Amino acid sequence: MIQAINDAMFEEMERDPRIVLFGEDVEISMFGDTKGLRERFGPDRVRDTPICEALLTGMAVGMAAAGWRPVLHMMFANFMYTGFDAIANQMAKLRLMTGGQMKLPITIMAGFGGGRSTAAQHSDCPYPLFMNLGGVHVAVPSNAGDAKGLFKSAVRSDDPVIFLEPGGRGGEMGEVPDGDHLVPFGRASVRRSGIDVTIVAISAMVKLAEQAAKQLAQDGIEAEILDPRTLVPLDEDGILASLSRTGRLVVVDEARDRCSAASQIAAVAADRGFAMLKGPVRRVTVPDVCMPYAPVLERSVYPNAERIADVVRELLNCRDYQ
Amino acid sequence: MRNDYHNPDPEKLVAMFERMLVIRETEEYLGAQFRAGELPAGVHLYIGQEASGVGICAHLGDEDWITSTHRGHGHFLAKGGDPYAMIAEIHAKSDGICGGFGGTMHVADVSRGILGANGIVGGGLGIATGAAFAAKLEGNGKVAVCFFGDGAANQGTFMEAMNVASLWKLPLLLVCEHNGWSEFTRSEVATSGRIIDRASPFNIPGFEADGNDVADVWRVSGRALESVRSGEGPALLVTYTYRTRGHVEAEVNFLSQPYRSEEEVASWVAKDPIERGAALLAQGGIAEEEISAIRARVKASIAEMAKRAGSAADPDPARVRSMMFSAAEA
Repeated sequence: MIQAINDAMFEEMERDPRIVLFGEDVEISMFGDTKGLRERFGPDRVRDTPICEALLTGMAVGMAAAGWRPVLHMMFANFMYTGFDAIANQMAKLRLMTGGQMKLPITIMAGFGGGRSTAAQHSDCPYPLFMNLGGVHVAVPSNAGDAKGLFKSAVRSDDPVIFLEPGGRGGEMGEVPDGDHLVPFGRASVRRSGIDVTIVAISAMVKLAEQAAKQLAQDGIEAEILDPRTLVPLDEDGILASLSRTGRLVVVDEARDRCSAASQIAAVAADRGFAMLKGPVRRVTVPDVCMPYAPVLERSVYPNAERIADVVRELLNCRDYQ
Repeated sequence: MRNDYHNPDPEKLVAMFERMLVIRETEEYLGAQFRAGELPAGVHLYIGQEASGVGICAHLGDEDWITSTHRGHGHFLAKGGDPYAMIAEIHAKSDGICGGFGGTMHVADVSRGILGANGIVGGGLGIATGAAFAAKLEGNGKVAVCFFGDGAANQGTFMEAMNVASLWKLPLLLVCEHNGWSEFTRSEVATSGRIIDRASPFNIPGFEADGNDVADVWRVSGRALESVRSGEGPALLVTYTYRTRGHVEAEVNFLSQPYRSEEEVASWVAKDPIERGAALLAQGGIAEEEISAIRARVKASIAEMAKRAGSAADPDPARVRSMMFSAAEA
């Protein structure tokens, strides 16, 4: 996936000279996603910054307002909290506040999520916050091909996009289609077809859902796996279409449970899909705790294939609604 | 030709005097409208500080960028924004410069380089630094000017902006309009040391001007902008001034007691930038009748715009959802 994002950056920066990449350690590139760009595009368009997220997010707004297309790399998604003012108060609002005068083609990218014992301040999953802002798109790829296609759509969008790479398990392989591969926002992808239950899995959770689906298949349960790919816009129709085929919904999200993306998806199902439901909507999420350090503790709260499979089995045994 | 920043010529002085009057007349009108219950929200008036914004913006063109504070009407008008479109915006009308979506704290005109007043104290620091980075990449002599108050100088982003702008030699003029108050908190309570002294540790030249004397602001900011335009990096300018009105016009409704003495306010009213501007014009040989004619002309023009704005159409609620994203609007 990292290589796919790196390829996307090369291609897009080649295509559009107004794209400028800046952020912390983009020249050396800790994750590898920005590797080689400085050599290719020079210090004007690719540059390291001081560690001052509050200013950097504001700068992205200023650059975009002045006609450029900034890509801001923030390493770990937790650091977006430090830069949150300009994301929440400026980036998400200025288009509306200026009556549409201001176009803000900004991409902010960061790795997110737990699973590598990086502890609470490097493991967060902040997209529920961004989903609530209204004025920013949120892209959460689960595989290399989508990462490339969504990144290209992000930098070509005239609106702000938060692009989150599943950091802990970021090296997911997968086919990347040839050519100018673009994935449109707001269109979920069916990763596996099934008739018994829909599992909506976000980003790195897709892989866990696929493992769970294999286990369930051994019991004769066919799960459909849906990857929303973007949370804003959210493909509500795609989710409901899958629900109409299966009648059951489990949402897997590595955000903390309360007000998670899963909460929103569950609410959509309850609101627009109630008549199709054969049982309650279930969520597999992280409990409302900070991510602990010890691997044994982290594993105890993090979603895994067994938890997903168990929830699906419980749901299929729930007869009350049938 | 190298500008002479020792003294503005009479023509320049007349233009700046007129621009200060536009701000004053517009804001007197808006204050009165608020008190009469005609505006949906309180307004933060710039009255008393006009010389600061006008003296600086007189050196800027539409291609230069500014960011402003929540006391931003003055900067908007000083940078050449249309008074009618601003008044209509504050009246929440569809003719408003932001279509009624922004309001008093958010007036912006991107076509004139006005990247917006900002309701977040210090909110413009990052935006102006980004615009200055853009100007540097374009390499065409544009500058970005960030207006902020002494209260915002205590935001971390002020230090962050000076660090990045100095490192990258960005064409950024940071303008601290020091009016002595952060909302209802006296500057001495909120600010340690002198704000101007915060520039030198970042290798940034500091400039200070009498913020109630438009000629002094014009001279000093001219020198500061010359430094910024030379490619040597940012500069900090502190203009010392005072808001003779409240933090927000609505404060009379919620403050239980005054927070500053009548003597303090009176001492600054005596230094009113408009009357000092008029005195400068008189000293420069401009006839009293001509000065009166300018006053009358501005008054009539703002009154006419105000009348028009007050009766303009309301914005259409159907546009709210589609305004969030460009794709939705298209």
